[in-house]
Amino acid sequence: MLLSLLAVLLLAPAHAAEIPQAEKKSGYDFMTPETKAMQDELTSNPGMLTVLDGEALWNRKTGAANRACADCHQDASNSMKGVAARYPAFDAARGRPVNLDQRINACRTERQQATPLPPESKDLLALSAYVATQSRGMPIAPPDDPRLKPFREAGEKIYELRQGQLNLSCGQCHDQNWGKKLAGATIPQAHPNGYPLYRLEWQAMGSLQRRLRNCLIGMRAEHYEFGAPEYIDLELYLMSRARGLPIETPAVRP
Amino acid sequence: MMTDPTSQRRTSRRRFIAGAGALSLALTLRPADATPESMQAAIREVLGNAKLNQGRVKIDVPPLVENGNTVPLSIAVESPMTETEHVKKIHVFNEKNPLPQVATFHLGPRSGAARVSTRIRLADTQDVVVIAEMSDGTFWTASANVIVTLAACNEDVI
Amino acid sequence: MARALINVPKTAKRGQVIEIKTLISHEMETGFRPDRVGKLIPRDIINTFVCSYNGIEVFRADLHPAIAANPFLTFTTVATESGVLDFKWTDDDGKIFAEKANIVVE
Ligand code: HEC
Ligand code: HEC
Repeated sequence: MLLSLLAVLLLAPAHAAEIPQAEKKSGYDFMTPETKAMQDELTSNPGMLTVLDGEALWNRKTGAANRACADCHQDASNSMKGVAARYPAFDAARGRPVNLDQRINACRTERQQATPLPPESKDLLALSAYVATQSRGMPIAPPDDPRLKPFREAGEKIYELRQGQLNLSCGQCHDQNWGKKLAGATIPQAHPNGYPLYRLEWQAMGSLQRRLRNCLIGMRAEHYEFGAPEYIDLELYLMSRARGLPIETPAVRP
Repeated sequence: MMTDPTSQRRTSRRRFIAGAGALSLALTLRPADATPESMQAAIREVLGNAKLNQGRVKIDVPPLVENGNTVPLSIAVESPMTETEHVKKIHVFNEKNPLPQVATFHLGPRSGAARVSTRIRLADTQDVVVIAEMSDGTFWTASANVIVTLAACNEDVI
Repeated sequence: MARALINVPKTAKRGQVIEIKTLISHEMETGFRPDRVGKLIPRDIINTFVCSYNGIEVFRADLHPAIAANPFLTFTTVATESGVLDFKWTDDDGKIFAEKANIVVE
């Protein structure tokens, strides 16, 4: 059954037109009512435990500078509102885009003079979830910065590339076969609007990069190191594809 | 599109999983030693010589779940929940996890209602059995079948 | 430190049956899961949860590895008097995580 679906996937062209705006659906729309309820009810959403950890970290002084995020940014519900909806953003110092995790770590190292938090660490997921939650419900609005263009195009290339032992592209599943079943899971449209999120499969919170890594492994393709520029480029492209969809952090996904 | 980016990639661990639906869940909960028989044994331990009656117990669980790691389960038992007539315990069992027991909830007249919910792990498609133990020494039961599908894109074992 | 999320109504009428929701961060390691080299990761779960109302136990749960990570529990109790609800989770090492919530009963 799986092999026959894979055969159908392989017949699909590697490159197809983007999903029209009116047909764009969040991963949420493909979930069962029970999983939707787990995301919607904040008193029972397991991702909220991580958001609360993030709130505590936001207010805690740390590093050689002995400053808390709150010392400079005050009330996150005000200062961080809408931020997650427009990341990755161009970082002039690095000459390339950075995602929200990298932006947070830049403040850790430069402003707090503390060590950067490792990718997928509890504390980084917590801060990132806390910051992103401040944009819950706001539409994804990628910045119109011309400096981002080449990186977004690089991300699109990775998205359209046939890769791995199965010789599949992301688009063959997510643009042309979304809504269909694959080994029990419904193929969603691959929107990055809920991250970091609580995935039932992980039984934990995880970042978009962890999710992308899962798909690359599923494709029998090689995956990148966490924080690799390829992931940031992909994220940039996925965010532009998802323009207009609401931020759902902390989302829940199967 | 034609350049192969493989050469530029830094990859720490290459892992290829056998089968696109690699059963990572089976790793989480090896269903090896789980059998409906071991569930029956666990149930007999709770029942002793008492008789098991059908009814009074209502199980609310999705018939089909996307992932067996976190299955919402709600239970309600019909009872006035008074000093003299109430639910003492609600036992939850499963057929195919490594252990037949899931949870036991202890209630009493102070509960006001016999209504609990939690989230459970199910290693496979199977029956969930709930037994309510009443203050008058009777036992009531219901069961529900849950079909567990698996995720397609899997994590390598970290 | 484990983090818990508790939902208890702030106020209730005397005699009212209130619903309490609790969620706590814990991996609930089953003891049946192999690590990278195939060795079983030792079991570490929260095995007991107790809720007391002004010092009197009103709900208890015995939990097994089949309870999902980050245990979620909901149950009911009768609002009898104003006071404190104590929540206690105990894990396999005997470590206790405690939380409380106040309730005003009119
Ligand atoms: C063989 C089909 C297939 C391919 C190829 C594939 N994916 Fe996926 N992807 C899935 C499925 C199925 C899911 C849903 C997750 C699940 O339940 O297993 C998913 C989920 C996702 C999600 C999560 C969406 C959400 O709502 O959180 C993202 C993002 C994603 N994929 C991106 C990608 C990218 C980028 C690529 C290419 C590098 C890719 N996928 C390749 C099948 C595929
Ligand atoms: C000493 C002051 C200071 C501290 C402490 C600090 N920041 Fe910042 N942060 C700034 C300044 C100034 C900027 C904007 C200027 C810039 O780009 O560097 C900024 C920018 C940001 C941005 C990007 C906002 C945007 O609109 O693009 C985020 C996100 C952020 N900080 C998060 C954090 C977090 C999370 C912490 C705690 C871990 C933190 N900051 C600690 C001073 C601080």
